[in-house]
Amino acid sequence: MAVTVILPQVLQSDAGGAKRVDLPSAPDLRGVLDALAERHPRLDRRVRDEQGALRRYVNVFVGDDECRAVSGLQTPVPDGTEVRILPSVAGG
Amino acid sequence: MTYLLLIGTRKGLFKATSDDRRAWEVSGPLKLDKESWTDMMGVYAVGIDPHSRRLLAGAESSHFGPSVWYSDDLGATWNEPEERPIALPEDAEESFTRAWQFAFTDEPGTVYAGAEPHSLFRSTDGGEHFELVRALWDHPHRKDWFPGAGGGAVHTIIPGKVTAQGSDPRAMTVAMSTGGVYQTRDAGASWEPANKGVTTTFMPDEVPEYGQCVHKVSVGPDGAFYLQNHHGVFRSEDPAAGWAPIADGLPSDFGFAMVAHPHRPGTALNFPVISEACHLPPDHRLRPFRTEDAGASWGAYDAGLPTDPYFGIVLRDGACTDGADDPGFYFGTRAGDVYVTTDSDGRWHPVAEHLPDVLCVRAAEV
Repeated sequence: MAVTVILPQVLQSDAGGAKRVDLPSAPDLRGVLDALAERHPRLDRRVRDEQGALRRYVNVFVGDDECRAVSGLQTPVPDGTEVRILPSVAGG
Repeated sequence: MTYLLLIGTRKGLFKATSDDRRAWEVSGPLKLDKESWTDMMGVYAVGIDPHSRRLLAGAESSHFGPSVWYSDDLGATWNEPEERPIALPEDAEESFTRAWQFAFTDEPGTVYAGAEPHSLFRSTDGGEHFELVRALWDHPHRKDWFPGAGGGAVHTIIPGKVTAQGSDPRAMTVAMSTGGVYQTRDAGASWEPANKGVTTTFMPDEVPEYGQCVHKVSVGPDGAFYLQNHHGVFRSEDPAAGWAPIADGLPSDFGFAMVAHPHRPGTALNFPVISEACHLPPDHRLRPFRTEDAGASWGAYDAGLPTDPYFGIVLRDGACTDGADDPGFYFGTRAGDVYVTTDSDGRWHPVAEHLPDVLCVRAAEV
């Protein structure tokens, strides 16, 4: 498998309890998340709205870089990359 | 007989049950999901299906977005559809923010959801999957609707009614902030504004055709419509023909909630707020008002409520009736206190105190 998505504990139940989801390679982050959505649609709506935009308080790191600091959903995802989804520090 | 009260709060869904509407067993936040983050979702809409007793909860996580949960065992367990229960189509170019209202029809399984951004959805499977009512979404007035302080949403849905006389399954009245009141007579294929006489404080035209910030509309047993506006309280037997002001006698014409009596024509509850600039109760008192003459006069209806200074207001869906033969009336405040009275009692009693701020309540005999 080319890309591994690592989920925070709070979203693992939406992926059948998995902490890591291995996915085929995709040219960019949008492709990775589309593949994740096919397997786990409920998980997808925690991360993106129905138009495909990332939720404001969900951060997605491609390697060490939060995707918004690179190219957002167009951020390239080289084979072997770990994509980590994390809730941001927000709320109260 | 058991009475069920659902309380949606800024942080979670609570449930209260009672056999006599005096002693209540309160539980919550209910586990909509096994993950703890769902305990502190904002629950902006709750519904109790009169046909199936299915419960609906429209909730939103600030991190993980909105969804709809349902329970078929009166709130003991909850389910969330695998696919998005409510979603805007791709060409809408906007995304579903939250459900603000559920409304049930005479047709079992048919549920409407009012939502933010300004939208109306219809479900025929009891609320597991909703479809956008396209004609309202595509309405040419949409470009002029804008969000009030609480967001831009369809928050009031009255199925079957466009006038006081009779009902028609193809008819419906909705209200939105901002936008005002709209009605359909052709099962949602077309929508016309119905705001004549309803005033604004924030537009050059004080009585525009549409664009008002209507906060809530409630219908009495005689079919009369009662409207709490963003300043202004109105009544109409035919909204398309016009509305008449009925605020004289209230300490303020601003407020959010309005609840018509389910059986007694001319009787309604109102929950005044100081003004659009000051969202606190008049005189800093927790004091609903009630009319028994169709708004010709109002009187404080506050027996049993605290008399010390109080600062929590009642939001637009923070009050309701259970519709029982001896109807119960309920309200919850942004200070997290929930009260009940019955028509025969006339004295408010606490159901719950110190909850998170209450966004919505719904009650029924179950």
